Amino acid sequence: MSILVNKDTKVIVQGFTGKEGTFHAEQCIAYGTNIVGGVTPNKGGQEHLGKPVFNTVEEAVKSTGATVSMIFVPPAFVGDAVMEAAEAGIELAVIITEGAPVKDMQAAKAHANKHGMKTIGPNCPGIITAEECKIGIMPGMIFKKGNVGLISKSGTLTYEGANQVCNEGYGITTAVGIGGDPIIGLSYKQILPMFEADPETKAIVMIGEIGGDLEIQAAKLIKEQITKPVVAFIAGQTAPKGKTMGHAGAIVSGTAGTAKEKMEALEAAGVTVVVSPADIGKAIAKVLG
Amino acid sequence: MNIHEYQAKQIFKKYDVPTPKGIMVESVKDAVEAAKELGGPVWVVKAQIHAGGRGLGGGVKLAKSLEEVETLADEILGMTLVTHQTTAEGKLVQKLYIEDGADIKDEFYLSVVLDRKLEMPLIMASTEGGMNIEDVAEKTPEKIITVPVDPAIGFQGFHGRKLAFGLGITDKAEQKNIISFAQKLFKVYMDNDAELIEINPLVRTGSGEFIALDGKMGFDNSALYRQPEIAAMRDLSEEDADELEAAKYGLSYVALDGEIGCMVNGAGLAMGTMDTINHMGGTPANFLDVGGSANAETVAKGFEIILKNPNVKAIFVNIFGGIVRCDRIANGILEATKITDVNVPVIVRLDGTNAPEAAEILKNANIKNIIVGNDLGDGAAKAVKAAKGEL
Repeated sequence: MSILVNKDTKVIVQGFTGKEGTFHAEQCIAYGTNIVGGVTPNKGGQEHLGKPVFNTVEEAVKSTGATVSMIFVPPAFVGDAVMEAAEAGIELAVIITEGAPVKDMQAAKAHANKHGMKTIGPNCPGIITAEECKIGIMPGMIFKKGNVGLISKSGTLTYEGANQVCNEGYGITTAVGIGGDPIIGLSYKQILPMFEADPETKAIVMIGEIGGDLEIQAAKLIKEQITKPVVAFIAGQTAPKGKTMGHAGAIVSGTAGTAKEKMEALEAAGVTVVVSPADIGKAIAKVLG
Repeated sequence: MNIHEYQAKQIFKKYDVPTPKGIMVESVKDAVEAAKELGGPVWVVKAQIHAGGRGLGGGVKLAKSLEEVETLADEILGMTLVTHQTTAEGKLVQKLYIEDGADIKDEFYLSVVLDRKLEMPLIMASTEGGMNIEDVAEKTPEKIITVPVDPAIGFQGFHGRKLAFGLGITDKAEQKNIISFAQKLFKVYMDNDAELIEINPLVRTGSGEFIALDGKMGFDNSALYRQPEIAAMRDLSEEDADELEAAKYGLSYVALDGEIGCMVNGAGLAMGTMDTINHMGGTPANFLDVGGSANAETVAKGFEIILKNPNVKAIFVNIFGGIVRCDRIANGILEATKITDVNVPVIVRLDGTNAPEAAEILKNANIKNIIVGNDLGDGAAKAVKAAKGEL
């Protein structure tokens, strides 16, 4: 078991034949992901990495039965690509591209919601079910199979967290990088209950950062619905106010969105909050005994 | 990206959003000419810097004669303005906005921002004009009216009515004015890929008009490619020189006031590294994300920028290679030691893609000052010790 994706998930790639799309699709195929084709307008009918290329997502879905799309199109075309996937009946779009305009993402997510399509990202490392299915750009070798679910706004902290969990002798069920943009798809609020329902997942690592209030919403949900142990780290305790720290959404405005506020809310919800990401692995070892 | 008040008002004028007449100048002589052109009898001399709180800092003053315009322009131009939104060093005033005085009956607050929870733009208004809105939100949240506007339906009549009634505006002509003002402002927000528009204060005049007395705008950097007119308004002299230099090489840099320089891949890990240093009793000197396409040149550049800061006593390179390959970072470090005089201890922790190759490269190079960190905790601990001269 796992959440959202597994070895049987049929995946297409939007922006399949581009440089980034090609490089990462190849890595995903090597990992074992069931990539069944891709979409690049005007390249329909060709073959790429041994898989069929289609002009539209609609054709790709009809022909391959794909339910998930991994999106690598350039930033200016992300909104368009997400909306196309939603109308074509894709169930989950994983948006890797960095730098999509916020206005486009706002419209695209509203459209995805209307069509019942889930989204992950943009500007994220993607999702990986260890040793089964990698949809994204993370280094696959660090995710050993195990029973810890991981959800993170940050790509490299996902790797750091997963690596520590594995070094302690545990492993990962599914890891989801949700991205740190102002508007993102699936968040803690949707993913935590999925881990709660997954019989294989025994504990959850949650990595957040300054800005917005998704972690505060998560704390409320954890208190009410999550019985499995949660270990959390919030990045940016030392970040200055009013400065954007790399991720467009990572900014403390006034007194809102501070790491302190989020850490306190999570602690009050019974979460094991670590002050340094170097302690994630040890904290998991402790809660899992 | 942020712009100046005078630029925001240029945009407002294009959309027919009422603002007082004004002229931007860069010299005292031009300030007087501008005042003559505007006609008076009252002018406001306003410092143009990218920070709020200019009035309290002494950067906005009223003039009742041309002589006074001259005196004030001379006083404000070239001054270093310190406000609650600038650093302690303040900002040098290089531009002035000479504006017609307005007939102020009372002051309101109006802004358009993205509501991240609702995932749509939000119009915020308050009768507490001229105050810091965060203070209002904290002390008297009932005085803030929020009107979310779904871009799929656009600004409708009911949005406007909610706003007007919420602000207690009962005169029908005035209701029409405030609704029209907000509707135009919402269009400014959507058309220009704005991230924020804030008008504080928005004034009601004696004759019931609403005028943008101030104007602050910020834009979505990811959308600047399709907003060439906005992109052209960027004033580089308002931005941090080191941050700009770093950005040229794809590096995201923010200076801090500590002693340990940090070079990390990924924004989250970069913040996490700063937090770890802090937790272990050290102080981070900067945030630096080398990004996904780091190579020898960008790493060398990163070292150069970090070392420009005289407070730096040690550098912690913390890389978890996903897309970034550790061997490239290792080569970058070697490159940097050739180009720049790296005269402080450098603690290097490289993990992930091609980490063993990287370790080999560093070992063979045998450079003094380079200390290997085995993991994040070990690396941070060593960096803190090194900065204290204990390593």
